[in-house]
Amino acid sequence: MDLQTIWFILITVLFTGFFILEGFDFGVGILLPFMSSEDRDRRAVINTIGPFWDGNEVWLITAGGAMFAAFPNWYATLFSGFYPALLLMLVALIARGVAFEFRSKHDDPAWRSFWDWSIFIGSAVPALLWGVAMANFIRGVPIDGSMNYTGGFFNLLNPYALACGLASLSIFTLHGAVFLTLRTTGEMHTRAMSLAKKLWAPATLLSMVFAGYTFIETDLFRHLGVNPGAIPIFSVLALLSVIVLLNKEASGWAFIMTAISIAFSTITIFMGLFPRVLVSSLKPEWSLTIYNASSSQYTLGIMTVVALVFVPIVLIYQSWSYWIFRQRITKDSKLEY
Amino acid sequence: MDTLFLARLQFALTSVFHFFFVPLTLGLSIFIAIMETAWVRTGKEKYRQLTKFWGHLFLINFAVGVVTGIVMEFQFGMNWSQYSRFVGDIFGVPLAIEALLAFFLESTFLGLWVFGWDRLPKAAHAATIWLVALGSNLSALWILVANSFMQSPVGYHMSADGSRAEMTDFSALLFNPYVWRQFPHVVAGGLTTGGFLVIAVSAWHLMKKTRDEEAFRTSLRFGAIYAFIGTMLVMLAGHTQMQDMVKTQPMKVAAAEALWESENPASFSLFTVGNEKELKDVFSVRIPGMLSFLAYNSFQGEVKGIRELQAEYVQKYGAGNYVPSIITAYWSFRFMVGAGTLMLLTALTALYKVIREDYTFSPLTGALLFWSFLLPYIANSSGWILAEMGRQPWIVFGLLKTEQAVSPASVVSSGELLLSIIVFALIYGLLALADVFLLKKYASAGLHAAE
Repeated sequence: MDLQTIWFILITVLFTGFFILEGFDFGVGILLPFMSSEDRDRRAVINTIGPFWDGNEVWLITAGGAMFAAFPNWYATLFSGFYPALLLMLVALIARGVAFEFRSKHDDPAWRSFWDWSIFIGSAVPALLWGVAMANFIRGVPIDGSMNYTGGFFNLLNPYALACGLASLSIFTLHGAVFLTLRTTGEMHTRAMSLAKKLWAPATLLSMVFAGYTFIETDLFRHLGVNPGAIPIFSVLALLSVIVLLNKEASGWAFIMTAISIAFSTITIFMGLFPRVLVSSLKPEWSLTIYNASSSQYTLGIMTVVALVFVPIVLIYQSWSYWIFRQRITKDSKLEY
Repeated sequence: MDTLFLARLQFALTSVFHFFFVPLTLGLSIFIAIMETAWVRTGKEKYRQLTKFWGHLFLINFAVGVVTGIVMEFQFGMNWSQYSRFVGDIFGVPLAIEALLAFFLESTFLGLWVFGWDRLPKAAHAATIWLVALGSNLSALWILVANSFMQSPVGYHMSADGSRAEMTDFSALLFNPYVWRQFPHVVAGGLTTGGFLVIAVSAWHLMKKTRDEEAFRTSLRFGAIYAFIGTMLVMLAGHTQMQDMVKTQPMKVAAAEALWESENPASFSLFTVGNEKELKDVFSVRIPGMLSFLAYNSFQGEVKGIRELQAEYVQKYGAGNYVPSIITAYWSFRFMVGAGTLMLLTALTALYKVIREDYTFSPLTGALLFWSFLLPYIANSSGWILAEMGRQPWIVFGLLKTEQAVSPASVVSSGELLLSIIVFALIYGLLALADVFLLKKYASAGLHAAE
């Protein structure tokens, strides 16, 4: 296996990790205003992701950095081409990031409500936009012979990409609701459970629409062959099982299944892309691939060593942090404001 | 308006704003770690209270630093796509390592620190804030490895087709002498930013005779020592940087000094009004030999002037203007050094007071101690403006000009750039207001509010 392929896999891993982890904290942020109107309850909802969300977001920062280092042309074409979408994403990430810290630091209903809605919008917008972005990776965007994006903002907002955006938005929201059932007790737990059950049907439906649309709109399935293999099928099965598990009050398993569904969908898209990283809709040979977009062998070698040493260390201490905060948040929990 | 100008304006806006928050994170995290360690070792309640108090201010500041940092990472690709293609092979590496080694550490252990008071043993809890401090200072190291390549490129060769620079020696990049002069300077700048904020807030509480007087005396003692050490280190590191810069980027030194002609011994400008078009003085007061001393630790030694360097660069790189904005370089240098000098004065004043255990302040001393928290901000910002503006017209010194680095106008239009500048300016304005409001609220409320 060449180094380019290893880095394609590593970036797939980073995006998968990001979508699983930040996916549920996007979901929790989206559900915040709908879980309760009581201030203490809302703080409890935020505290379910309080110790984690920032660490989860670093998965994105690392994916961005890895893209820059391993595939500079992918990074350059994508970030300059998807300009307005990324601007919107940055605004959202800024709003939610400070909101988590600022909302409880001042005791005024208008102040808190402002930041609560910042968390909602700041979580919903990226949850939608990531779907839009992934769809455009695979559908193809106008990229010319010198690797420059030539479309506008509205090129990105095609119906197919929006369908994917709605699918990712709904899946992340469901994932967040299931996470909340795991982390809460009593009324909050009941509320989260009922939200999760209600969200399951639209999330599943939108994902099916997206999958069908992908068949028509992209070459992903042709790329994967007539038999798309176990991964996309398991992604669908995992999602289907969620409602059964929720009905049995098996929150832990339901969470594993939403995580698997997100992971396997992400992997399916990256598998369909391989060895391309951005598909050109103008000419197939203008597509960016892991070869024409990559760094030198020397740089990829250095990065590989760094990643092999440090990714496991990060996984160990991040898992440890989840273990420390494994207890559910109850009515009597002391909430760090 | 052309996209180059707008992209530069946006970079100036977002990076200067981001760097209002970073140095406090660097310096205050270590200060809090010291406070908490003192609590673990002595068991004295005041140290725990101070840990929490400074922790609250730290978190308010940290949040803005994090979110404005994401903008920086995205911006290279968004506005500077040609640059990203040109240096990604080198520049991307420290950025990725920064995320992997530093940001994960910082964010995960900050989560543990904030929410782990009841879940971790005392010593383990104190260890988490040390790891936060380590993480944030490591992030400074890696971003400076990246920046140092722009200032003084090493460990690379040009690709066969000349389209990009490629890394040939990672250890040369990491052990670039520029890194090891710039990194201590930035970290020490962080210590001063934390130290003077501690001095300012503690002195304010002592002057107002708020109820936490005893704890804020302790706080002022630590702050005075901390700020003094930071100021000494920042000056020392700055001095070594100057000695390197005169070799690697002589034009930056000449511009910072408005030194038109080469001089031996070279004089240091106290105050110059110059004519930038004709490259000559209108009026100038200079200390003879002082610049040679700063550059070589000796009152002898030639420092090259702007005219000679311009002629040299034309020979080496072809026709063009290689002189940065002199007024910017000259005054940013003076603001930095001026703020640094006042910092030393303030730190000595604070030290004198705490050594004599005299906690009553005359209005003048009080004002000096209180307003001193602004000085590191002035020095940090003007230092970076000198570092970046003084390097122009290069984005990577000697390799790539800034005008070649911007995203093509066909991809990122001036309209998009203008829109994003307006959006960032509005949001950053709001963030600044909210941040200052909260910092002021918690700083003045005292220890009980942080419980």
